[in-house]
Amino acid sequence: MSSETPAIALDVRGLRMRYGARDVLTGVTFTMKRGEVLALLGPNGAGKTTTIEILEGFLMRSAGNVSVLGIDPAQGNEAWRARIGVVLQSWRDHRFWRVRELLTYLARFYAPFATAEVARPWDVDELIDVVGLSKSANAKIMTLSSGERRRLDVAIGIVGRPEMVFFDEPTAGFDPHARRDFQDLIHRLSDFDNTTILMTTHDLDEAEKIADRILVLDEGRIVADGSADQLASEFTTAAEVRWTSSGRRHVHAARGGDATSFVRDLLIQNDDVTDLEVRRASLEETYMTIVQRAESAQSRGGIPNGAAAKISDVRA
Amino acid sequence: MTTATALDTHRAAVLAGLSRGWIETRQSFTETAKVIVEAFFSLIYIAVLLMLRRKTMPGTDFSLAATVLPGLLCMSIIFGGIVGPSVSITAEREDGTLLRAKATPNGMLGYLVGKIVMVALSTLLKFVVILVAGIMLVNDVIVDARACLLLTLIFVVGMVATVPIGVALGSVMKSSLQAGLVPLTCGLLVIASGLFFPITVLPTWLQSFVQAFPVYWVGLGARSAMLPAQMVAAEIGGSWRMVEMFAVLGVWAAIGLVLAPVLLRRMARRQSGSAVAEVRARIRSKGY
Repeated sequence: MSSETPAIALDVRGLRMRYGARDVLTGVTFTMKRGEVLALLGPNGAGKTTTIEILEGFLMRSAGNVSVLGIDPAQGNEAWRARIGVVLQSWRDHRFWRVRELLTYLARFYAPFATAEVARPWDVDELIDVVGLSKSANAKIMTLSSGERRRLDVAIGIVGRPEMVFFDEPTAGFDPHARRDFQDLIHRLSDFDNTTILMTTHDLDEAEKIADRILVLDEGRIVADGSADQLASEFTTAAEVRWTSSGRRHVHAARGGDATSFVRDLLIQNDDVTDLEVRRASLEETYMTIVQRAESAQSRGGIPNGAAAKISDVRA
Repeated sequence: MTTATALDTHRAAVLAGLSRGWIETRQSFTETAKVIVEAFFSLIYIAVLLMLRRKTMPGTDFSLAATVLPGLLCMSIIFGGIVGPSVSITAEREDGTLLRAKATPNGMLGYLVGKIVMVALSTLLKFVVILVAGIMLVNDVIVDARACLLLTLIFVVGMVATVPIGVALGSVMKSSLQAGLVPLTCGLLVIASGLFFPITVLPTWLQSFVQAFPVYWVGLGARSAMLPAQMVAAEIGGSWRMVEMFAVLGVWAAIGLVLAPVLLRRMARRQSGSAVAEVRARIRSKGY
């Protein structure tokens, strides 16, 4: 291990997973730069959890090459484990423990893995404060609300100051306030500590707010890869233009998602246009378009790799 | 850049595990739900001693309670050492405790150390409670230096022979429901191992069968420590068979110490967030 940190935190090539005769992942390929925040989006059963569990080293893949912080998770040793943070969904574990007690206990394991670059672990009281659990620091875990428990899950996931963090559905059960706090925490981790963050989510709005990049997974493959804006401009078939002219309301769907030229022509040709409105598809609509397009391509027997590649080209 | 040596990281995990064992032992005396479970059996044992206090063995004037006390001590070791870890490991696999350990560097080592400390401390406490109550309530038991030394030895050897087996069984059981078979089996072995009546009244094949298990030998050891010499007449071969006792318990310890880490590791390998989520869904829909 050298002191220079490699630019690539995560490298996945041709990842496949098969349970019996069922293919869950059929060749997933993507990379993540250090400090990047990536949201893995997709419908239920798309393979999000399978992907993240392979990367966490909890599940053995069927085929493909995977490297997390330069190491294959299937061969990850304890020193590698110390650099990874996994946010699990707590349920009934450690219910008689107190918040500070459990974090202090877990923090002890990381102390010998401190390096010149990374001071491990977090100071427990500071961490409790950062995740907003100060009032419950001495509370028994069984008495926490579901939102507080998720905050504790996050604290446990990052107590060792990981260089790479995995969140599976991190904000399920969060109220809007907790959601905001969580977004602030993610930004803090990626901006100040250069932590690389991979999260799965159903929540498009959240993906848009938190992630630098969104990966859409459908039926075991990546169907889109790019920032929220890139996805919107690449995949939206139409932007909606509304205006009033001659006392009538008009609606036009501009093909290709760019309404600029249409609007220019419209204004040149009609000088009585009022109440002009241009509405780009929301990420949600884009997402639906992506998944539908992927699924119809699938049913025709074609694999829309071209779609994913297109976005990657834009990014590159 | 400093690189942690395996020794440093293992030491940190073992020390954390010791603190875990202490925290969990403390919980079993401060959490009402746990206290009730822990105290339940000790109270039953003491009640049995109280009821048999004035009774004597048929045809003798030797206290019946005195013959039962070593059996109760044996039960506390067997239930503490085998049932304790097997039931709790299965439950903690299902509730996600083990997955947390797995997500932590050397977390499984810390977990295992914590489990051993917790089991040893809480079993020792129950053992001492029964012993003290027995000495106060029961006549005819021997409490001298030899008895104390032997009882200490039997406690230690008994734990070393049973805890690894308990860990191994806890790793093999597929669900909490299945893990319920462990206390059941131990209970049957306790009944058949002559802890509460002379084993020589049982059919020979059953006598041979139970002698393959630690229950019989821990019980024999406890009797050899506490009962007067003439009581040996009720034992198989009219002997306390100390050598055989340590040999059989040693074999069980060896089997357990080899199997437990292998089985625990194999079980831990299969843990993942979705595995725990499946259990959670099962328990939410079926209730077990």
